[in-house]
Amino acid sequence: MKTLKELEEIRQRTLDRVNQRKDRTTTRIVVGMATCGIAAGARPVLLAIMEEVEKLGLTDVTVAQTGCIGLCKVEPIVEVFKPGEEKVTYVKMDAEKARRIVREHVKDGKVVEEYTLHVVQGKILNDFKAENE
Amino acid sequence: MREISLHIMDIIENSINANATLIELEIKENINDNLLIVKIKDNGKGIPQHMLENITDPFVTSRTTRRVGLGLSLFEATCKACNGFLKVSSEVDKGTEVIAVMQHDHIDRPPIGRIEETIVSCLLNPNIDVVYTHITNYKSFSIDTREVKKILGFNDLNHPEVLMWMKEYIKDNLKEIGGGA
Repeated sequence: MKTLKELEEIRQRTLDRVNQRKDRTTTRIVVGMATCGIAAGARPVLLAIMEEVEKLGLTDVTVAQTGCIGLCKVEPIVEVFKPGEEKVTYVKMDAEKARRIVREHVKDGKVVEEYTLHVVQGKILNDFKAENE
Repeated sequence: MREISLHIMDIIENSINANATLIELEIKENINDNLLIVKIKDNGKGIPQHMLENITDPFVTSRTTRRVGLGLSLFEATCKACNGFLKVSSEVDKGTEVIAVMQHDHIDRPPIGRIEETIVSCLLNPNIDVVYTHITNYKSFSIDTREVKKILGFNDLNHPEVLMWMKEYIKDNLKEIGGGA
């Protein structure tokens, strides 16, 4: 069973990092969390991202949430802001896809193209194949 | 929504958008009277009287992206489907309180669900404190993030390690008091 005492230990471990994080440019991972996102399953996505960030021990990453991004039909949406790079928008996320993004994009710097947002003939889609055809 | 905890998250999201800094959540599972009561109280900017009158109408919303807001409407629909009701009271500049009442053993009542995930995801917002109390017939459990911050010695709870601890802590304690079904 988890106890408040463990919080003390976490304090010891994280205190250095807290200060470290302030003066570094961090990668931000933002999940859309309005009614649309929540209903589409944004919460498991958010939790998966947090778990993966902890598992991989990524310290220069901030996980955050925001309201409606405005594209409810392709929720859950995850946006990745890396310092000095263009924002990447991932759509129709689930927990597994989200973990992959943390591993491949956030950690290794390789954008997971197949989950990103695409504009095909003026329509917003996430159909990776359609764009290539 | 598949879980009550998702409805709660949706309502708390409203509070956050209303610049609330403190959110008080109370879940009461009163088996004796067969009631499930959820109270969400915030200290946000409140809702003006003219909007409050039909606040659960999907076409009453303060959002600017479009003219539909479904959060409260959906929660009210769930309550009504379970022999209950939803009440919103609010005072401008003071805060808002949402009370949802359901018949506990109603066949259509969604499970409370992963409330710990709801709490943890709310804490991703900076400057938000949550007091969460869960009451079952004989036992209760409460967590106040202001106390957690005091023990930690820093005000930013948005660290995976801290949040994962919080998630497990809530889960364990709910099990202990036999709540969260």
